Amino acid sequence: MITTVRMTKLAGILHSEGFYNFRHNPFAIAGALIILLFLLTALFGPRLVTQNPYDLAQLDLNDSYKPPIWQEGSDPRFVLGTDDQGRDMVSAMVYGVRMSVAIGFCVTIICMTVGTTLGLISGYKGGRLDSFIMGLVNVQLSFPSLLIAMLVLIAFGRGVWKIILALSFSGWVTYARTVRGTTMAEKNKEYVEAAKVIGFSESTVLFRHILPNVMTPVIVIATLQVGTVILSEATLSFLGIGIPITEPSLGLLVAQGYVVLFSGLWWVSVFPGLVLMFLVVGMNLLGDFLRDEFNPRLK
Amino acid sequence: MLFYILKRFLQMVVVIAIVGTIVFIFVNMLGDPAVLLLPPEASPEELAKARAVMGLDKSSWEQYKIFVVNVLHGNLGNSFVFREPAMRLIFERMPATLEIVVLAMFLAAVIAIPLGVYVGAHPNTFISRSILSLSLLCVSMPTFWFGIVLILIFSVQLGWLPSSGRGDVVILWGMRFSFMTWDGIRHLVLPAITLAVQQLATQLRLTRAGMMEVLRQDYIKFAKAKGVSPHNVLYGHALKNALIPVVTVYGLEFGGLIVFATITETIFAWPGMGKLLIDSINISDRPVIIAYLMLASMLFVVINFIVDILYTVIDPRIDLR
Repeated sequence: MITTVRMTKLAGILHSEGFYNFRHNPFAIAGALIILLFLLTALFGPRLVTQNPYDLAQLDLNDSYKPPIWQEGSDPRFVLGTDDQGRDMVSAMVYGVRMSVAIGFCVTIICMTVGTTLGLISGYKGGRLDSFIMGLVNVQLSFPSLLIAMLVLIAFGRGVWKIILALSFSGWVTYARTVRGTTMAEKNKEYVEAAKVIGFSESTVLFRHILPNVMTPVIVIATLQVGTVILSEATLSFLGIGIPITEPSLGLLVAQGYVVLFSGLWWVSVFPGLVLMFLVVGMNLLGDFLRDEFNPRLK
Repeated sequence: MLFYILKRFLQMVVVIAIVGTIVFIFVNMLGDPAVLLLPPEASPEELAKARAVMGLDKSSWEQYKIFVVNVLHGNLGNSFVFREPAMRLIFERMPATLEIVVLAMFLAAVIAIPLGVYVGAHPNTFISRSILSLSLLCVSMPTFWFGIVLILIFSVQLGWLPSSGRGDVVILWGMRFSFMTWDGIRHLVLPAITLAVQQLATQLRLTRAGMMEVLRQDYIKFAKAKGVSPHNVLYGHALKNALIPVVTVYGLEFGGLIVFATITETIFAWPGMGKLLIDSINISDRPVIIAYLMLASMLFVVINFIVDILYTVIDPRIDLR
């Protein structure tokens, strides 16, 4: 019985207009495939690569600064070369991708939950609570998010959880503002009246009735935010205030490569940056598609 | 209008007071500067003496009171490292930062707006699609990495452009500027491009989106039906309204770029205030960090204020109250 319901739901999605547009948009498909590829890398990559690049026992300093295999002096074990510690670049990047993806999704989920909840309450309740939350949002929006993240990291120091905290701190406001606006428009509609008359509690009305109707913009913002978060993490780590050097990070790899740039050791910084760009392009392609799809003004 | 300006001014003061307090609390959570600044073999007495000199032996509340009084006197303390007022250090480096930020904004606007208009007006041509794809790459690219790639190509491989420092500077009104000398300009090119590229892509996409939305509206159809030339429809009628979101973002991005310049300055060893911030974080030079954050927040609050006023000038439909 339940499976039939699920099947009909699935069939409904597969026959919807949105999915039709998705199937006929090569950019959107490319974006989805790139994201899938990176998700698989993050999940299974560490099992496939030859070494754990962050286990010092597995590294040999004699292997340091080997160029990629098409250059002279390379080692067939290291397809894209090695860094200053003798880390295999491919392995290091796989671990870096894992970290980027984890932080990207983690921060986005935190921001989405906090921002949407506060936006719902703010828009539904109105009054002083609304002025307070929106005051906070407006103050925060007038400062660049990078500065806010820096401030948090300056206070708490480097670390994986600290960077998640810092980026969540600066990223929730967009959700709150958007959701508040939509909620204010939704709360006067008849279905909300109906739910109230039936006698549902306030939280049921908010989270079971209004929430599904404000999710569309939230999903669009979330998709685009994952990419932004990944770039911010890389940037902060590159500046030396994000991920500590004992942990994998694509931004840190670029920073390591930057130091030896003038010795002709280009691969240490070039490859991780390319990987970052590829990952964020995927998120942006899908995000742009969703945004256009859900924007009524472009129909 | 006057009432509105007064109200916003009061809001500004409140915001700066809150930010100042937050900054003070956060920066005080940093490690003990005495330990970081003195050599590791320093005795406990020496550490205590250093703390007393820096005013760190007092209670946090006392330190906060001193901080507030000093801020009101325009004094944000002396740098622990340079033994100079933190404000002066930042003001000395501000022209360098403003120089690349202004140049980057200029580059971005001059290239992005015409391209955005073209892409928005002719969305289906091959050129438009290529420009749009390229802009997507630019938005998705880590800025610091782009700077490094530029150094690799133009400094390491080709040897055409220098990769660090400001080059020869000219002193103008007591400030040093690079754009007046040939050597200075050569040093400016790469940092300015690095800073501009993401801005350029964002503005291009905004202009395009604005253009596409405006071109669907009835008044454009009417202008076309009336027989206005296509060129005039685009630049006379459509562009004005398409630019409203671009201008708003422009003001806010100016503030964003000053912070973003931190990255560019770090890569190109550009002696601006962003590099000073990163250096100060690394050596826990509290007064400089506080002064930077305070000055930056004041700057943003003022920029927002100006943008809000400009809004009404560009779009009279917006009511300030």
